[in-house]
Amino acid sequence: MSVKHRYLPNTDADRRKMLEALGLRSVQELFADVPERVRFKGTMDLPPALSELELVRHVGELAARNATVDGYVCFLGAGAYDHFIPSVVRHITGRAEFYTAYTPYQPEVSQAVLQSIYEYQTLICELTGMEVANASMYDGATAAAEAAIISSYALPGRRKVVFSSALHPEYRETLRTYARGPKLHLLEVPAEGGVTPVDRLREAVDDSTACVIAQQPNFFGCIEDMAALGEAAHAVGAHFVACVDPISLGVLKPPGEYGADLTVGEGQGLGVPLGFGGPYLGFFAATGKLTRRMPGRIAGVTVDAEGKRGFVLTLQTREQHIRREKATSNICSNEALCALAATVYLCTMGKQGIREVAEQCLKKAAYAAQQLEAAGFPRTFAAPFFKEFAVRSAVPVERVNAALLEDRIIGGAPLGRWYPELADSLLIAVTEKRTRQEIDRLVARMGELR
Amino acid sequence: MTRQETAPPRPGRGTEPLIFELSSPGRIAYSLPALDVPDRPVDSLLPPSALRTRPPELPEVSEVDVVRHFTRLSQIQHGVDIGFYPLGSCTMKYNPKVNEDAAALPGFAGVHPYFPEEVVQGALELLYHMEKYLCEIGGVSRVSLQPAAGAHGELTGLLMFRAYHEDRGEHRTKVLIPDSAHGTNPASAVVCGYETVEVPSDSRGGVDLDALRRLMAPDVAGLMLTNPNTLGLFDENMHAIAEIVHEAGGLLYYDGANANAIMGVARPGDTGFDVVHFNLHKTFSTPHGGGGPGSGPVGATRELEPYLPVPLVDFDGRRYRLVYDRPKSIGRVKSFYGNFLVVVKAYAYIRSMGPDGLRQVSEDAVLAANYLMRKLAEHFHLPYDRHCKHEFVVSGVWQKERHGVRTLDMAKRLLDYGFHAPTVYFPLIVPECFMVEPTETESRETLDAFARVMAHIAEEARQQPDLVKAAPHTTPVKRLDEALAARKPNVRWQPET
Ligand SMILES: Cc1ncc(COP(=O)(O)O)c(C=O)c1O
Repeated sequence: MSVKHRYLPNTDADRRKMLEALGLRSVQELFADVPERVRFKGTMDLPPALSELELVRHVGELAARNATVDGYVCFLGAGAYDHFIPSVVRHITGRAEFYTAYTPYQPEVSQAVLQSIYEYQTLICELTGMEVANASMYDGATAAAEAAIISSYALPGRRKVVFSSALHPEYRETLRTYARGPKLHLLEVPAEGGVTPVDRLREAVDDSTACVIAQQPNFFGCIEDMAALGEAAHAVGAHFVACVDPISLGVLKPPGEYGADLTVGEGQGLGVPLGFGGPYLGFFAATGKLTRRMPGRIAGVTVDAEGKRGFVLTLQTREQHIRREKATSNICSNEALCALAATVYLCTMGKQGIREVAEQCLKKAAYAAQQLEAAGFPRTFAAPFFKEFAVRSAVPVERVNAALLEDRIIGGAPLGRWYPELADSLLIAVTEKRTRQEIDRLVARMGELR
Repeated sequence: MTRQETAPPRPGRGTEPLIFELSSPGRIAYSLPALDVPDRPVDSLLPPSALRTRPPELPEVSEVDVVRHFTRLSQIQHGVDIGFYPLGSCTMKYNPKVNEDAAALPGFAGVHPYFPEEVVQGALELLYHMEKYLCEIGGVSRVSLQPAAGAHGELTGLLMFRAYHEDRGEHRTKVLIPDSAHGTNPASAVVCGYETVEVPSDSRGGVDLDALRRLMAPDVAGLMLTNPNTLGLFDENMHAIAEIVHEAGGLLYYDGANANAIMGVARPGDTGFDVVHFNLHKTFSTPHGGGGPGSGPVGATRELEPYLPVPLVDFDGRRYRLVYDRPKSIGRVKSFYGNFLVVVKAYAYIRSMGPDGLRQVSEDAVLAANYLMRKLAEHFHLPYDRHCKHEFVVSGVWQKERHGVRTLDMAKRLLDYGFHAPTVYFPLIVPECFMVEPTETESRETLDAFARVMAHIAEEARQQPDLVKAAPHTTPVKRLDEALAARKPNVRWQPET
């Protein structure tokens, strides 16, 4: 008894004809090589099939039970940001030619994917000031982890990776997991005043250090002295890995200008929806001399048999399908459609828009911090910040957030979750989407609690 | 170079200019509300030394430019929605539209991962049930939805092997991998700090049991296997393989790339695998996105389950919760909870198919592959002449030996007939191979049409080998010089000076 289903084009008559062509009576004969003892008997315990209408209702009900950034005013950031996504982005990434393709193994019929990867690589290079970028990694955390591994491969004998506690906690956790295989030795320097202490870092690095990883702005939103941190890394011959917020690069110095050997980061802010944490994209860029150590896909220019410009995947001898156990990384599928979103986003914002969005984040965050300070919530750290900052609360932070939630405001991330010593602090993110009115409402509501 | 000069299409240029070549100073495609807080100079808020002095050279184009550029590009791209895409090992099945709608719902797409648990109960419930479904399909005890792709699942699984052995005070340094395995298997093993040892295949395409017995030593952490394997063949010795590996204290990893053949037929957990990954972007119909995002959930038996990444989702009878307190966990493998919106699509797929539907998927996929295999075997060498599962391998050795036409040439010729080529030159153990995976979502007519074209190309190889060797002829660009691209890397656009 076979199942009729909208996604299965072959009818029982088709199946019969196909079996006849094979000289078989039943499809079960095709499974004769599955030994009796490993065969699954009976029916899987799964809910019965839904019609499309039932499915739409069911997922609609599940979705309706979640708060969204449309229904609530969101001051949460901590690595995922509520930036505005121009309509164009969804329309292009929603084109089935892009989203129903796979890795461009046949370049002659995959020029859209290849050319857009090449454009993405160029955009990332422009933004970061680096010389080469790949087609994407899984996310910011894995990009940072792979940068550490690549550094240790590129500098044989060096296994120490140094960073501060101001690096995103989930990136540090991911790094810890990834470090097990290559036996990287991780050294965490405690942040001081919300930034990485350059002197402590200098003491922590030595000739066994493969890289220093520093985040700009760091997890607390604070601006690091990247040039000094980079110098400390280079002084012992280690790589300097910059982990940056791409939106901030509308105003902040590109890592290529302060000597980063590798630049990575979370690209979600570039037109990718929050999506309860994924899919996002990790960007990964390097100086030219590290090109052949890059993980992942890279698109390059070539010509076709008639001399016409075209694009192909290139430098593939780095990759797992060619190098197998000698590959620089095991990545195969990446986050191409999110990279396309980032490409369309950056083309849409353009040279002027990327600066304007960064400036608006900066100025709105500065305004919010000032108003909160006046309302009795001083900043936890004095360091300059970009679009995110920590404030201290005399009232328990759980109470603050609960009160805000009643007013359909999602407050900042309670830092005590990752830093017990900062249990009185909230990390507040202000993007270009927040209006003065929303900020004033946040401040007023928080002020009332004092 | 002005806009007019680069207007498409022009010989000597690409078929579509680069977006940078369309740029014109001052043009914009964005709008933002006017700044509504006091405007303060940037250098009063940030230290001047931290500031950018030169703007990034992003394109200056209009919204129409952006839309036309990417729309025109999309017209020279093959995808599942355009035609048959029999890329072996990738399961290029139809990607249901309603699943895209589901993932785009604001109640999923507009949710921040750190929203308080009480306001994301719908998302957590979906993750909770998805885990249960994958446990049932895979025959495993718990599943982490965190890994972002198949290779990421492999890395996760092998780190779990490592943690398991270390817990037992054992130091095992090697992982066995069949010679037919995908490149990510050895690459993942090395990233996890293991040495790899290749296990030969036997004459029927399965694991060579004698070799496995010989190689399975106390320093071996385990074996990575996909079953059906990359030849599309089910390893009939599965039980013996599991026994050999387990008796020597090793573990078995299931690369789930080929699970489309076995849903409701054989569950990896029941067949002896300890850790299993699924590719939601293959078996569970989520689109491949031009290379990703995917999702590679990892399941484990009761014994290995404590090592799964955190967080997992639990239900206390009242509320769904993210659970981090799992002391033996390998930790997290990426930020947040995995590629959630991909999981939403796969969830919608499982709910659409139901248990009988999923079993039918596997039966239809296997029937389609066998049907096509027999048709192609009339014109191409069939290295393993037995029933295949969801995919199969044929070889172009005859055409190469007799007419000097390589599999690559025939793959390119297929593009002229509107089909995407199968995977070629993988697995490595079959020379000149095509790896063909039709999937269950292709009709008998499509399979017949593809078989006719393959037969026709075999004929062309005989009659007009040069025509095939110069293929493709009708694509937007002709055959591309990959060697040149690698020899003179140009991996980013630079303004012409
Ligand atoms: C057999 C096999 N294993 C592993 C992988 C890797 O999966 P992913 O690309 O999702 O990382 C693939 C991908 O094509 C595959 O075919």
